[in-house]
Amino acid sequence: MSSVKQATATGADTRLQSHRHLSDRAIQNIFIWPTLILLIAFNVFPLFYSLYLGFTDYSAIARQAPVWVGFENFRSILNDEQLWEYFATTGRYAVASVGLQTLLGFGLAMLVREKFKGSGVITTLILVPMMISPVVVGLFWKLMYNPTFGYFNYLLGFTNPATAPDWLGSRWGGQAVPGLALWAVVIVDVWMWSPFVMLLVLSGLNAIPEYLYEAAVIDRASSWFQFWRITLPQVAPLLLIAILFRTIEAFKSFDLVMGMTGGGPGTQTELIAVNLYRQAFLGQWRTGRSSALAYIILIIIIAVSNLYIKYLNQMRGEG
Amino acid sequence: MLKKVTYLLVLVVAMMALVACGGAAETGGGEEAAPAEGGEEAAPAVTELNILWAQWDPADYLQQIGNMYEEETGIKVNIIQEPWGTFGDRFFAEMAAGGDAWDMVIGDSQWLGQGATQGHYVELTDFLVGEGIADTVTEATLTYYGEYPTGSGRYWAFPTEGDADGWAYRRDLFEDPDEMAAFEEEYGYPLAVPETYDQLMDIAEFFTRPDEGLYGVAIYTQKDYDAITMGVENTMFSWGADWKDENNNVLGVVNSDRSIEAVQFYRDLYECCQVPGLSNAFFSETNDALISGQAVMIMNYFAFFPALANPSINPYADVTGYFVNPAGPYGDQHAALGGQGMSIISYISPERQEAAKDFIRWFAQEEIQAEWARLGGYTCNKNVLQTEEFLNATPFNPAFAETMNIVKDFWNVPVYGELLEVTQRELHQFVVEGVGTAEEAMNNIAEEHDRILREAGLIEE
Repeated sequence: MSSVKQATATGADTRLQSHRHLSDRAIQNIFIWPTLILLIAFNVFPLFYSLYLGFTDYSAIARQAPVWVGFENFRSILNDEQLWEYFATTGRYAVASVGLQTLLGFGLAMLVREKFKGSGVITTLILVPMMISPVVVGLFWKLMYNPTFGYFNYLLGFTNPATAPDWLGSRWGGQAVPGLALWAVVIVDVWMWSPFVMLLVLSGLNAIPEYLYEAAVIDRASSWFQFWRITLPQVAPLLLIAILFRTIEAFKSFDLVMGMTGGGPGTQTELIAVNLYRQAFLGQWRTGRSSALAYIILIIIIAVSNLYIKYLNQMRGEG
Repeated sequence: MLKKVTYLLVLVVAMMALVACGGAAETGGGEEAAPAEGGEEAAPAVTELNILWAQWDPADYLQQIGNMYEEETGIKVNIIQEPWGTFGDRFFAEMAAGGDAWDMVIGDSQWLGQGATQGHYVELTDFLVGEGIADTVTEATLTYYGEYPTGSGRYWAFPTEGDADGWAYRRDLFEDPDEMAAFEEEYGYPLAVPETYDQLMDIAEFFTRPDEGLYGVAIYTQKDYDAITMGVENTMFSWGADWKDENNNVLGVVNSDRSIEAVQFYRDLYECCQVPGLSNAFFSETNDALISGQAVMIMNYFAFFPALANPSINPYADVTGYFVNPAGPYGDQHAALGGQGMSIISYISPERQEAAKDFIRWFAQEEIQAEWARLGGYTCNKNVLQTEEFLNATPFNPAFAETMNIVKDFWNVPVYGELLEVTQRELHQFVVEGVGTAEEAMNNIAEEHDRILREAGLIEE
């Protein structure tokens, strides 16, 4: 072997050794940093930057740098009665929607828990609504609610459009019925998302050990007692997680409402996320103010979520 | 752990500083957007022009016009089409960055204020007036598609696609001898195309027959963006009311007696004769109401009437007629404006700006405007609008030509979006939700508009 060849071989070995001796820390960094950089660029940075914008007078379409205004945006939002009305509407929507989804989802889970012929197919069919895009759901429910040709009214027994409810217009027989449009949206949201609650509850029900029920039967416990003392406590943590997810989603509801009512009639279905979009885009482009509003919504969602999580932890502790 | 957190914070702060510097640079850049003239290197010849417009049929027609231009000059014209839903977002995001992706934009009339005051548009006053191009289009279209501030004599766009609200109606029902006799017996005058809003109300009432699934009208009610405001202002303008006076004052103007009467009329029309379910209706819903045989008269922009004249879409195409927005009770007659004007982007080089002006100069010629109309574009050229060829080209062209002389528009100032949000909310509450009175709605609009305009410095203290 010539000296040149020897030198080349020695160099290659050294490189090989250095690769072999890549430290655990280096390997860890190679895996972690790309992910971290992506997270910072697309999650952390926008979060901090939008917080900064919340303290400025800024429009994303104006060729002007943000002007620092301190807490002015937050002050004006918190003093805006109209916005409080939208928050209240969102709260009513969230309570009605999540409440009904919980009841219906739980009921459906109890039903499909029992195995019968075709139960798998029926469970899959029940899950279909939550797999459809909310915009599409909004558009076809808009047609179903139509008082002249929609079949929702027909199924309810209303065949004369003049006397039937106009769900999305909040009218009934020509008379204004405040709140009807909000209920129409709630019905659709319940139709769409009850299967999600059902799915989580079902996984909880399937995890309950059978011996608990067997022991209860031996002790001659009633069905109600079994439900109240075994089923509900065992499923509660998963149920609470379902409620938590649905509450967060209800506060962020946007696409369904925009597709069905656009926030109307008047302001009856103007949820806070719809109004946030209106302020941030749609010709207004009030980027600073809408960033501040987004943070207020975020704080409310975090507060509500913390309440749930605290209760969940408490429940687990007791368990 | 603390060290890692510190690294992350430093990274985030660095990114924020980078963006802040970028923003500041952009701001500074806006004032000197146009490259300096007489650079060391000769400017490359312009071989291509890019024009941004919304994605719809007229943009395809304009591409054909652009192809003609390429044949004549060798300069390729590309019409970049963006869906309506993101048209504004994409344009203004590019402008905020001082981008030169397009040489021209065919922008909404409402954008004029932002385009002019924020430096996105090249001022075209000398070009349009000096070369006589301004005289080739109708006065109303020049004012509302090109002028900012209104009445200033300063122009920023060439009126390209004229559009406004008009009406389509079921001619077969209007000309039915039994219907005509019954109407005349009930109202004391012959059934014909309404010349006034009072007549329109009579006809709408007459044809509203829920038992037959037939209703008098389908009018704009959509809350999302600007539809109900556009619908209501058809009546406001025709009642002689307006959104402002010549000094931008709104108090006592928006809530004038005539304005309140007009809004009350719109609500009465909705209550009495609107097709049920159309509580959030815009152009597609009103067209659908006529196509499905539910509505006898529908309000819509002329740009959406070609679908009604197409027998493969509208089974009543052969018996669908069109008319101009009727006059109000005090003799005023106006229509809410749609349509767009062609503006030159200020962030392109002077050579490209000149090339863009060359295109507008060529496009504004009467024979090219005639070809534009022949293809299906809505010309604003006053001579072409009066030619027999144009008037006979479609069943709605005569009404369109008449309407182009009576158009009026909403605000086009930079804060138009905030003004619009107020009108949409208050009008929808009163007309569709049925809450409050017309006076309360218009008082609320006037007060909020006054506040917004004062904050924006558009009304002097």
